Amino acid sequence: MIRVVLPFHLRNLARVSGDVELDLAAPVTVGALLDALEAKHPVLCGTIRDHDTLKRRPFVRYFACKEDLSLEPTETMLPDEVVNGREPFLVVGAMAGG
Amino acid sequence: MSTIRVLVGTKKGAFILTADGKRKDWQVSGPHFAGWEMYHLKGSAADPNRIYASQSSGWFGQIIQRSDDGGKTWNTPGSSAEELKGPEGMPKGESNKFVYEGVAGTHKWYDGSQHPWEFKRVWHIEPSLTDPDTAYAGVEDAAIFKTADGGKTWKELPGLRKAKGNLWQPGAGGMAVHTILLDPKNEKRIYVAISAGGAFRTDDGGKTWKPITRGLKSPYELPDPDAEVGHCVHRMTLHPSRPDVLFMQKHWDVLRTDNAGDQWNEVSGDLPTDFGFPIDVNFNEPETIYVVPITSDSLHYPPEGKLRVYRSKTGGGEWEPLTKGLPQKDCYVNVLRDAMAVDQLDQCGIYFGTTGGQVYCSANGGNSWNAIVRDLPAVYSVEVQTLR
Repeated sequence: MIRVVLPFHLRNLARVSGDVELDLAAPVTVGALLDALEAKHPVLCGTIRDHDTLKRRPFVRYFACKEDLSLEPTETMLPDEVVNGREPFLVVGAMAGG
Repeated sequence: MSTIRVLVGTKKGAFILTADGKRKDWQVSGPHFAGWEMYHLKGSAADPNRIYASQSSGWFGQIIQRSDDGGKTWNTPGSSAEELKGPEGMPKGESNKFVYEGVAGTHKWYDGSQHPWEFKRVWHIEPSLTDPDTAYAGVEDAAIFKTADGGKTWKELPGLRKAKGNLWQPGAGGMAVHTILLDPKNEKRIYVAISAGGAFRTDDGGKTWKPITRGLKSPYELPDPDAEVGHCVHRMTLHPSRPDVLFMQKHWDVLRTDNAGDQWNEVSGDLPTDFGFPIDVNFNEPETIYVVPITSDSLHYPPEGKLRVYRSKTGGGEWEPLTKGLPQKDCYVNVLRDAMAVDQLDQCGIYFGTTGGQVYCSANGGNSWNAIVRDLPAVYSVEVQTLR
């Protein structure tokens, strides 16, 4: 089971209190994970990536296994540790603004 | 007895203030959507329990929220599991999807060059006067969108941007449709105002729009005295009994029109400064209007550190300061364009919020004021519902 950690405001928006769990069969790409996340919580559509272009919003970052995946292509495969649930996939609000 | 519900949008959440018709003892609910910028909340005249809210963030973009129980609970329209059921399926989480029709095109940028249109946020939501599921959204970059399904989906009325949109230019706060006025006597007629695009009117329900700026003078920003668009209109208002009479607070100047915007005349009169943002009309007296003079475009606070609402009982021209209960020294807050509203009681209540987090109420047409709350985040918008 893949575990996704959302930032505070998106947890509130999606009305989840802990990690979001996604049941996806390997291999899993970053894009497939985000598709599944939005399918499970439609309210997140448009908040992490653009509705139409699916481009990541500028002040949102993705991390997994201490690696920044934000600038990687969405076809990038997730590490096995994320796919098997040992490590979470982190959606993070970038440090910006006040 | 009537109930008054004040909907307050702030920089860090929304608040709902309620009181009975005496407007003395207030209950404060909130923050709703804590930590998010709440540009605007407004209730439907057709169903007061239906409230629309614009929630946004520099990180996570635009969200539309809707309450069907007067602000007790909120949902993003069209995003619940129940609403996504059905053989054809409902739109999946598209209540925050604002996409310009066709090729988005370009508008004028600060340096005079052309700049692509980019959606940023919803500044103002104006619910239909007759249908709770229909509402209009004024957005940045400037455009107007309409929903006919309670906010689940939004579609642009692209005719507005065809009114010389390539010549519109952002003001210091951005380029947004911030004012939407629905004519209660003619459902096909809508007015909008844009900083710094100007004022526009449609007479066919939003298909085509024309600038209504004759009589506006902006000599420093627009050297062309005949410029139809590009004026920095800060706010417009009307009284529902006389929808052809509009009042405007422009960047500089307070103006009125008696023919639906075909000709404007300045009514700044004896105001200490005619720069400001909000303007509103007394519900019981269509010729009584209110503004909050601000020192200048460089100094966004009241002259002399004295927070004064000015009232004209003659539809402009002659103004009187209203100061009782308002700070008369060391006050350096601003009052933003969407942060003033009136109720509909026999003794009209006037309300406004400040960037210092105060929300003031006058239960006697402006003669005296009390702070309902003093320490909210910066107030972006104030709307009032009179519940009978």
